[in-house]
Order: sequence, then structure tokens, then C-alpha cells
Amino acid sequence: MKSIRIAAGLGFYGDSWRPVKASIERGNVQYVASDHLAELTLAILQKGRQRDARLGYTQDLVPMLADLLPLATSHGVKFIMNAGGLNPLGARETLLAALRKLGYNLKVGVVLGDAVLDRLDALQAEGVSLAHMDTGADIATVRARLLFASAYLGARPLVEALDAGADIVLTGRVADAALFLAPLVHELGWRWDDWDRLAQGIVVGHLLECSAQATGGNFGGDWRSIPDLAHIGYPIAEVWENGDAVITKAPGTGGRVSFDTLREQLLYEVHDPAHYLTPDVDVDMTTLHMEEIGPDQVRVSGASGRPAPSTLKIVAGYEDGYMGQATIGYAWPDALAKAQLAAQIITQQMAETGLLPEETLIEYLGYNSIHGPLADPARVDDLNEVYLRIAIRCADKKDAARLGRLLPPLGLSGPPFIGGLGGMTEPRSLLGIWPTLAPRAIIEEYIRVSVEEP
Amino acid sequence: MKKQLVHLAHARSGDKGDKANIAIFAPDRATYDILAREVTPERVRAHFDGIVTGRVERFEVPNVLALNFVLHGALNGGASRSLRSDALGKSLSSALLRMEIEV
Repeated sequence: MKSIRIAAGLGFYGDSWRPVKASIERGNVQYVASDHLAELTLAILQKGRQRDARLGYTQDLVPMLADLLPLATSHGVKFIMNAGGLNPLGARETLLAALRKLGYNLKVGVVLGDAVLDRLDALQAEGVSLAHMDTGADIATVRARLLFASAYLGARPLVEALDAGADIVLTGRVADAALFLAPLVHELGWRWDDWDRLAQGIVVGHLLECSAQATGGNFGGDWRSIPDLAHIGYPIAEVWENGDAVITKAPGTGGRVSFDTLREQLLYEVHDPAHYLTPDVDVDMTTLHMEEIGPDQVRVSGASGRPAPSTLKIVAGYEDGYMGQATIGYAWPDALAKAQLAAQIITQQMAETGLLPEETLIEYLGYNSIHGPLADPARVDDLNEVYLRIAIRCADKKDAARLGRLLPPLGLSGPPFIGGLGGMTEPRSLLGIWPTLAPRAIIEEYIRVSVEEP
Repeated sequence: MKKQLVHLAHARSGDKGDKANIAIFAPDRATYDILAREVTPERVRAHFDGIVTGRVERFEVPNVLALNFVLHGALNGGASRSLRSDALGKSLSSALLRMEIEV
């Protein structure tokens, strides 16, 4: 029975591609599928694009491929990447120029049609409400502040690009797992109504899309037992025509592939496991079976699928004010009490100087900055040190910046034994996320696929 | 006898908008049955008082001996607008493991 092997690329914009090299070199893979777009990455890209219209794609695209292509081309490995971000055509232009310079004659496919910001009026005119999926709120409340709006596309246009001979496929927003489903459908000839096989493909994609989270990274179990995290391998899937899969990693890499590391990733960012909705299939994960069949080898089979939903998800992002933040550290003895007094002084001075944020958050790093109210109050005595962190939410950037200026005087006029004053940073712009739904035909009508070579 | 979840299960959490999910994983079927009996969505909602503003849903995933909790209004508006240090809710999983249950 025919099978193909796919390697996980990046798990997010900023992830390392060093482990991808190991997968290409020693993992016997034919494809690398790479996820560069977290929910908020498009907002970062939009800011770049506002400065320079040629930007809008992830800047790791060319360096990553320049580093991997010498190996990849000799092993015949193709790439599927959502690195196109908000500007897949610009990404291709830059990539083709780089490929010419480096002497590669590779076909680059592009998928367009996910970006719908310019079409929101048209969508509304066609009767799509664009109301917030969870709250039902009217999009008019944020319409003027929208930075991007992108629909999650499925694997079909990616398969079209592969069918047309693309060696590298660049997309904008697509369902993360669709990056992995596409080469499976292309190579194994699955039908678009073969729901169980499509479901297996999505499960494989979901297991691989967060790179090392499947191989022992961010592992909530016995993390001490995971070997050699410094050289962690990214997951590789071998998938057969009937949909069965084995998840593994390249020999000689660190990390681990086990029932435990994989089941943690299986449910990562999943809501109802019996209805994991994707553009290509409604996946039921509760029927699947995972079994360790060897060292770093887990067989995954039995996921089942139901027909794809009639709507596609759109996620829009809107400007939502600014965060100002500052930190100051206090030493033993009574470190927490000192930090608490400092917080009281600052909040008092904020009120007296008319700095009235929409929200103020006070955290004590070393005590409760991560678990918040669930931090154990029995453990506060005799802490070696505590950092006060104050964060405020303001509509105006200038207001957010005022917080930082209140902190330095504490060095001379607050409680004793400070260290690490200097955590004042530029206010950070905050982004609201607006998830909504649209009938798929209205979105898919605008999908375009093209393949070009240098 | 009371036992803290950290000694019974492992967990991972993730974000989607202003919702977080926490999946907890049992080492065997007997422990899964105890978790399913004790770690109810109501108890999880009460556990996260002061952090979570909305409801908590629970999904059973016995084929991988897991319970998956979806926490609505868990992330101060969502990772990209949150003021929290743990904006992505990556540590909500370990916060749940503080819970004590009857075994």
C-alpha cells in the first residue's frame, strides 16, 4: 500500500527550523508542511505592511528556505507553507528573486482568496451578518478599527497547486491542519467525500502543526524524562492510502514520541473532540486509537469524519487600545510586603495624577504572576525576591506610557532593597479578535491558485 | 482520601480567542473513572473563580483517557489583548492540577 512521509515545519513564526533539517536529512520525508501563522501573527504582519506595501508575509520565508533547500532539493522534498500571510503574491515575488539568485528552478504555487477585509461590505450586502461568533455582537462596533480579516480555507486549493506541479506552495490563512492534509490528498488520491480518510489526515495535521509539542516539548507529564530537548526532533508522519498513520521523528534527534506526548497534542486547542470542525471535514477524535508500536513510533488510526460544515470561519483583528507595563524587583526580607507597598504607592499616585486606565492588573512575579488568584498564599513567607509588575489598559498610547514614569522615583522614595528597576517598555498595542462565520460558497468563489517558476 | 490532581494526571492548556481549553490525562482506566466522577465542570468553574468569567464545559475523551475542559472568558479578553503575564493561558493547566479530589 502506498504511503507518504510528511515532516512538521515551524509551529509558529519565530520557531526554529534546525530540527526540520534533521527531518529532511534523516527522516526520509517527501513534504514539509510549515505553520507560520498564529491567531495574532496577521496583526504583526499588517503593521509591517502598513509601513511597506511589499511586506505582509513572514520574514523567515527566504532565510528558512535558503538554509533548507540545498538538502531538500537533493532529497526531492516539497514545501507547503502559510508564510504568505497577508501578501502571498509579495512573498512569491521575493522568493522567486531569491531562488533565481541561488540558482534553483522551482515552481512556486500561491493560494489567494483568504483575505476578506476589502470584501466585508460585499459580504454584508450578500446577507452575511459578520456578528461575533460567541457573543453575537454587531461588527459595526469594531469595523473602523479592523486591521485584517481572513477566512480559514481548506486543503483543496493547496492540492490544486500541488497537482499543477508546485514544489513550494505559499498560502495566507488556511486551517493549520490543511497544510498537511493537502499533500496526503494529492499523493494518495483521497476523495473529497471520503470523510474518514480526510479526518485521519486532519488528525495527523493537528498532531504535527505545533512542531515539537508532539515530540516532548511543553510536555505536562514527566518532563524530566524527555531526553535531549536541546536537539529535539520535530514530528514526522507516515500516512498510508487507507488513512492509517504512524507518528515518529528523525533518528538521532532528542525528544520523544509516545502515547503521552501525542495525546497532549491531540487535544491542544480543541473544544469538542467529537466535532473538530475544519473547512474540509467535521472530525470525530473520540473514535481514534493511538498505540505505541516501537521506540518513538505511535500508530494513529480510526478517526472518523462527517461532511464538511457549510460555513467557513473568519477571524478578524481590531485595534483595542494599549498596554503600559512596568516592573520593579524587591529582595528578602519581606520581599512580597515591599512589592505590595510599592503597588499601593503607584496606584495612589496614578489616581492623584489623573491616570485612570480602563483596567489595572497587579502581579507579583515569583509569587502569583502566572497562577493569579490560584497561587498558594501559604508560600509567601521568606521569598528570596519578588518583582512587582503593573500593567494598565488605556485607549490612548500616551496615557499607557505615563505608567513607566511613575516607577523610577520608587528607588529613592519607596520601600528598601530594590533590583531590576528598568522594566519600563514602550506601550504595546493590543488587538481584539473577532471570530465570525460566512457561507463557504461566498468565500470560495474568490479563491485563486497560480503556479510560477523563476 | 484526598489527593491533589498533580499526583494523578498530566495536563496541557491552549487558547482560542477568549477561551482556553485544558485537557487532563489519566495514566489508566481506573484513574480516568475517578477523574470523570470528581472533576466536574462545576468544580472546575469554582476552582477558577477570579480568573474565568464565563461557563466551563467538559468533554469526555475515554479513548485517550482524557477529559477536556473549555473555559469561556478565561483569557482577559484573549491572548492579544490580555494584560496578564500568562496571556496564552499556557499555565492554566498546571493551575487546575492544584485541585484536590477524593480518591
